[in-house]
Amino acid sequence: MDFFNQDLTSLHADLVAKKISAAELTQATFDNMAKTDAKVDAFLNLNADAALKNAQAIDAKGINVDNLLAGIPVGVKDNIVTKGLTTTAASKMLENFVPVYNATVVDKMLANDMVIVGKTNMDEFAMGGSTENSAFKVTKNPWDVSRVPGGSSGGSAVAVASGQVPVAYGSDTGGSIRQPASFNGIVGMKPTYGRVSRWGLIAFGSSLDQIGPMTRTVKDNAAALNLIAGNDVHDGTSSKREVPDFTAGLTGDIKGMKIALPKEYMGDGIDPKVREVIKNAVKQFEDLGATVEEVSLPHSRYGVSAYYIIASSEASSNLQRFDGIRYGFRAQDVKNLEDVYVRSRSEGFGDEVKRRIMLGTFSLSAGYYDAYFHKAGQVRTMIIDDFNKVFNDYDLIIGPTAPTPAFKIGDEISDPVTMYMNDVLTIPVNLAGLPGMSIPAGLADGMPVGLQLIGKSFDESTLYKAGYAFEQATDFHQATPDLGGTN
Amino acid sequence: MAEERINAEQVKHVAELAKLEFTPDQLDMFTGQLEKIIGMFEELSKVDTTGVPVTSQVNDRRNALRDDVAVQSNQRQALLANAPETAEGLIRVPTIIDESGDGE
Repeated sequence: MDFFNQDLTSLHADLVAKKISAAELTQATFDNMAKTDAKVDAFLNLNADAALKNAQAIDAKGINVDNLLAGIPVGVKDNIVTKGLTTTAASKMLENFVPVYNATVVDKMLANDMVIVGKTNMDEFAMGGSTENSAFKVTKNPWDVSRVPGGSSGGSAVAVASGQVPVAYGSDTGGSIRQPASFNGIVGMKPTYGRVSRWGLIAFGSSLDQIGPMTRTVKDNAAALNLIAGNDVHDGTSSKREVPDFTAGLTGDIKGMKIALPKEYMGDGIDPKVREVIKNAVKQFEDLGATVEEVSLPHSRYGVSAYYIIASSEASSNLQRFDGIRYGFRAQDVKNLEDVYVRSRSEGFGDEVKRRIMLGTFSLSAGYYDAYFHKAGQVRTMIIDDFNKVFNDYDLIIGPTAPTPAFKIGDEISDPVTMYMNDVLTIPVNLAGLPGMSIPAGLADGMPVGLQLIGKSFDESTLYKAGYAFEQATDFHQATPDLGGTN
Repeated sequence: MAEERINAEQVKHVAELAKLEFTPDQLDMFTGQLEKIIGMFEELSKVDTTGVPVTSQVNDRRNALRDDVAVQSNQRQALLANAPETAEGLIRVPTIIDESGDGE
């Protein structure tokens, strides 16, 4: 079976009513994956034996009627560690790496009876916006298999958009959940920094990274965030704030909500067809009784530069651990210890990862630290101040998620600056640690366009409330790709 | 931020700091690309940041403290399973000071 016509609520009802068992659902999921994934390559590694065993155990125990996610198949991005299940971060460096512990989010999935069916493809170490930087395979966009799925959580996005799983988890450092959600016509949430534990997420930019859910509907997404959110003793940056029930405020009523539209998000760099979709979304929000007013985020245009300095600097430090000694790839025929480091890293990392390590090492090096790393940290403060000013007067910011719909495979991979500019609308949200969500807002030339909702810190609830109202008033989320009649 | 942003010599130096090495072709490619990317970074010099503090983290906590309690976490065998080369329950590495040149 595919998951195009059922959301978590209806799947849960079927499981509770025993119309289908968790084991049958898991088997049906793998049967469909065998056909569908051959066309889109969303998964790197399947978990068939363990998944079926887990599902049988869930059936034996009985489906918890209060848990929408019980017995539900889930895809997990391959930079989230899974005990006993190979976790590669789509890098040759970790090709044979088998984690000895679970990420906290994975423990929560298992404790809540989710069935992990496999690990999804991504840009190597989550560095990229097209999933073309995977060391192992190129994931295709199900809406047009000659196009990229976005990235870096491209595999998770495609796993959901192609109907293989109802939920997948990704990670977002500069847009890596929201941009592929936009490119694939699904819902993707980057929670507030600190909302979700990063324990067991292979570190890229530690002040920016967050794990979040990717689903077909807003309500499913809210339930999937409930499941992973909350403080964790293993992550000192995870917040101790209480986690509200994100599904609670989904009434469809947003009358009086004050929404801001930054003029910088509708400028010349944005594809006119994308702007058109967003203008229609603005009208939709007004029809729903919200007010939408133009505002300015004057420093957001500097976000890309600030981000690529900060994220690369953090990455260059985080990725020092990959040295060929304790785990991961070690080069052959090395003469001495220095050789192990240099050759293992040079042979184990792909080009984009090397580029980021180089940028980060450069930005932190003597003579350049003040002009680059220090300056970027100051500009980050100014970007945060811009958001704070807007949120003094508004509940929510909206705009496009990405400047264009999905581009062709191979078109941008050799031009890093063009590739980096794809993140211009998502990056400021990570720099400020705010929650951001992409929801389907329409099509441009047959390809999905995402609407980005940006909220106040720890106010995911308002994003879900507004996203749900928009979704109920439109049918964009019901559109599905045609993968040649197998579905 | 100077006229010449970065040259091949500097790229080589940064690569050494990062424990990476490049073939001559790779060095050419990375030098050109880094030149372009760092060129983009220079737009930051247009922003007046006088007196603006640096943001280096955005979490809502200061210190995360816990009781200092020892726990048993003997995972030696499991951890060693991921090591590229082991001997007698230890991780094996090539000689650190290479005097003979034969690596052992």
